[in-house]
Amino acid sequence: MARLLFLGRLEDIAGAAELHLPLSVPTPLADVIARLPDDLAAAVVGPRVRLAVNGVLCADRDRIVAVADELAFLPPVSGG
Amino acid sequence: MAGAMLDIRLAESGLDPAAELAAFASAHGGAGGIVSFLGQVRAEEAVEALELRHFAPLTLPGMQALAQQVWARWSLAGLLIVHRIGLLAPGEAIVFAAAAARHRRDAFAAADFAMDHLKSESWFWKREKSGGEWRWVEPRAQDHADLERWN
Repeated sequence: MARLLFLGRLEDIAGAAELHLPLSVPTPLADVIARLPDDLAAAVVGPRVRLAVNGVLCADRDRIVAVADELAFLPPVSGG
Repeated sequence: MAGAMLDIRLAESGLDPAAELAAFASAHGGAGGIVSFLGQVRAEEAVEALELRHFAPLTLPGMQALAQQVWARWSLAGLLIVHRIGLLAPGEAIVFAAAAARHRRDAFAAADFAMDHLKSESWFWKREKSGGEWRWVEPRAQDHADLERWN
């Protein structure tokens, strides 16, 4: 079961801060994203959205997602 | 050695800037100058509440890395950054940063640099409630321009 976390405005598009996606085998990131609703899939591949895998930033969009990975999608920040 | 002089924290409730400043000044009694910045929830306009979200694996480590960068760039006696997370009411403190130095210019520049980078590069997401509706705050172009000043 992969855990997908949606930060900031992505949470509103996903309708939840966290989604669980059953994966039976390691799966390319693009295939994982393709299983999301269209609007959410389009939002998470935006050029300004960063990805963290198991808490570590990951720039590799060809990454193979392990079945129990945590993927966090991080839109532009707004702190301070 | 920098570790003891860097005080970098997330606060889940009640950030008291006056108490933080008093403690920081007392801890760095040998510093000739202290510059501090307080960011607070605007009490005007129609904002009823503000919420700050973070991503634990990155947020505090990112703030600590920023503090190390500030420490390396200016001659400081101490640096404090406390950032709220969670729900905030109008008038409440969001962030408090303070830099202590032997000479004031280092303290001014360090606090300024820390805030510009905190706003544009730290892992926080802010949403505001107005008219009963929550809305995510998008980054401002000005934040990016502020950051460019340091390059």
